[in-house]
Amino acid sequence: MTDTERILLGHGGGGRLSRNLIENEIVTRFGGKGPLAGLPDGARLQLGGETLVFSTDSFVVSPLEFPGGDIGKLAVHGTVNDVSVSGAVPLWLSLALIIEEGLEMNTLRRILDSIRTASEEIGVQVVTGDTKVVARGQCDGIYINTAGIGRAIPGLNTAVNKILPGDAVIASGTLGDHGMAVMAAREKLTLNNALESDTASVHRLVAAVSQWADRVKFMRDPTRGGAAAVLGEIVENSSFGISLREESIPYNPDARAVAEVLGIDLLHVASEGRMLLVCSPDIADSLLQSWKKLPEGAGAAIIGEVTEEAGRVVLETQIGGRRMVDIPQGELLPRIC
Amino acid sequence: MCLAVPMKVIELREDRTGVCELENIRYDVDLSLIESVQLDDFVIVHAGFAIEKLDIEEANERLQLFEDLAETYREDV
Amino acid sequence: MKYIDGFRNHRTARVITEEIHELAEQAGDARLMEVCGSHTMSIARYGIRKILPRSVRLISGPGCPVCVTDAAYIDAAVELAGKGIHVATFGDMLKVPGSSGTLAGARSEGAHIHVCYSPLDALRIAAENPSEQVVFLAIGFETTIPPVISILKRAAAQNIQNVSILTAFKLVPPALEALADDRDVAVNGFLLPPHVSAIIGAGAYRGFVRDYRLPGVIAGFEPLDILLGVRDLLQQLAEGKAELVNQYERVVREQGNRIALALMDHYLKTADASWRGIGTIPGSGLVLREEFLNYDATVKFGVSVQGGKPDMRCRCGDVLRGIIFPDECPLFNTECTPVSPVGPCMVSSEGSCAAYFKYSR
Repeated sequence: MTDTERILLGHGGGGRLSRNLIENEIVTRFGGKGPLAGLPDGARLQLGGETLVFSTDSFVVSPLEFPGGDIGKLAVHGTVNDVSVSGAVPLWLSLALIIEEGLEMNTLRRILDSIRTASEEIGVQVVTGDTKVVARGQCDGIYINTAGIGRAIPGLNTAVNKILPGDAVIASGTLGDHGMAVMAAREKLTLNNALESDTASVHRLVAAVSQWADRVKFMRDPTRGGAAAVLGEIVENSSFGISLREESIPYNPDARAVAEVLGIDLLHVASEGRMLLVCSPDIADSLLQSWKKLPEGAGAAIIGEVTEEAGRVVLETQIGGRRMVDIPQGELLPRIC
Repeated sequence: MCLAVPMKVIELREDRTGVCELENIRYDVDLSLIESVQLDDFVIVHAGFAIEKLDIEEANERLQLFEDLAETYREDV
Repeated sequence: MKYIDGFRNHRTARVITEEIHELAEQAGDARLMEVCGSHTMSIARYGIRKILPRSVRLISGPGCPVCVTDAAYIDAAVELAGKGIHVATFGDMLKVPGSSGTLAGARSEGAHIHVCYSPLDALRIAAENPSEQVVFLAIGFETTIPPVISILKRAAAQNIQNVSILTAFKLVPPALEALADDRDVAVNGFLLPPHVSAIIGAGAYRGFVRDYRLPGVIAGFEPLDILLGVRDLLQQLAEGKAELVNQYERVVREQGNRIALALMDHYLKTADASWRGIGTIPGSGLVLREEFLNYDATVKFGVSVQGGKPDMRCRCGDVLRGIIFPDECPLFNTECTPVSPVGPCMVSSEGSCAAYFKYSR
């Protein structure tokens, strides 16, 4: 009992439906070997003696401007973060704009200024790009694609197969702020102090951990699908599992309140300026302290550990119960990044 | 879908709607199903409607009961 | 969030859990059923089953109106969408399988489907699109029925004529009786739904508890509320009692919500209703009274809710009656997953199979 095969909104949700699409249609065509293998955030490429990291992302967030950021800032942070968590220093960005006829020039200017400010702060350069305009009604304001190139940090080559039971799982700060901030803005849930997106660059967090390069096993930024999607993917088909402690997971109280009202699990919600990291237990505390010294890592916490319960992510709940954390299925929150 | 959250009434309008608050979120809520709502009342909100008032005294008593029970919990058990 | 976090206190939970374990020894085998989507989800989300003794089985009954929505209803909604009508609905309905397609599928083919958190959104869409027709998919139990019906009242007051509803309203007390009558179900205690009870009142269950001699506890949906509810039921079973206890007095009054009940009575009358997977339960539904049929989408647009061919392999009915656990259904996690559901229990955010898949596999 299926509908005619068509793309559904869920295919873009970052959850299972998205993964199925990518595995069935993209990987089958473009190779499961080489840089695309394992679908990393950034492809590692050898050029001469150097290792470069190359990544791309598209941004369709609605509304275009939201508390804490806008689609421009997001477009810079999103790709820079993909490059950073692949263990590289981000250097160059491309910027492609698809603009809807009728978009106010001032809105475009604000977005472009945002892109400039964000890239200057990070020290990454916009070096090439493209601009297209489509007729009214065809792309909802503006869609942006950015691609980024970075230079790999020596020694910092994470791989899921390095993860061992006993390793620590660390979050760099509160989870799910971005998705909730966008939803609150879109649903016009006004807040007394507006809930702000956490959009930020994680490149300094990555730089901070490079001193422990060989003991850092895994890094990723939990965007679409949230922490649940990231952790669920790494335990799938692995010999290990992950156990999280609900009381240790940092959440912004306002984000929690929005999630309560909308009936949403924050573990499924995107952050755009956070990292999840898995490392050897012996360096976990030092790593945590190094993150807490940075403003973007002030809320960092050890949220769980790697277990021998293969293939499962489990949560010890606030009341002492236990349940699974699953990869979200479909379009939980459309158009949040 | 049965989802319902307790929120505080912070604004009342003539057309029997109002604004409710949970933490820092302000939410437009239809109050037409509740008798005599007043500012600072707590209501249970479902699908954009207040479906009942939360009796604060009862709620506080219950919270106190839970806290008292928590006191009896000994770590070594 | 004092009135939320206070009901999730770790140490309190441990104390109540210990009491539950002690009482379980005297209570014998307990098969306790809840009939509320929020209970289903809270139990799953907080992992409550894992901390209960083995002799206490918490069964999720038909607590989710989406889960008991007939395939024929979805077919009618898809048919309306196919006529160019704007269909406004709670998000969970999008992926419920009809006889040959879903609303999500219709949307991907260009139908105007709007996801609403509140039925008021449907009214707003109708007001903003005066030349279009808007139908709200009016499913729900007594918690949701008054909010949905309110939009008809507001539509009349604001002279909005392009909105109507496709009703599939269902009532909980008749379902409780059907479940208690069903010998396969074999439940010996009920955790009663918090917000349905807020509307209908604690008094609505007194006859049922007395006639069927089954203990019933009205419990809130926070985990501590649920644990207290389980404890109370076990205490009653241990003492051989069959009483109604209201543990949610902070919200549920004896008489319920007078205004909501009057509103329902004004617009609606009882009728038989078909519960997907269970069958027809007499007097368990509400339909629009004759004088309000201008708001009834079946009358306005000439569609009917009948026929409907759900997948015959689907065992949602057995899951909803607590006869099998979700993972005892042969389709669970093989052919039936949240991504490609065969039955509605896997679709709804509060469905038993969805909760199990998400939290308990």
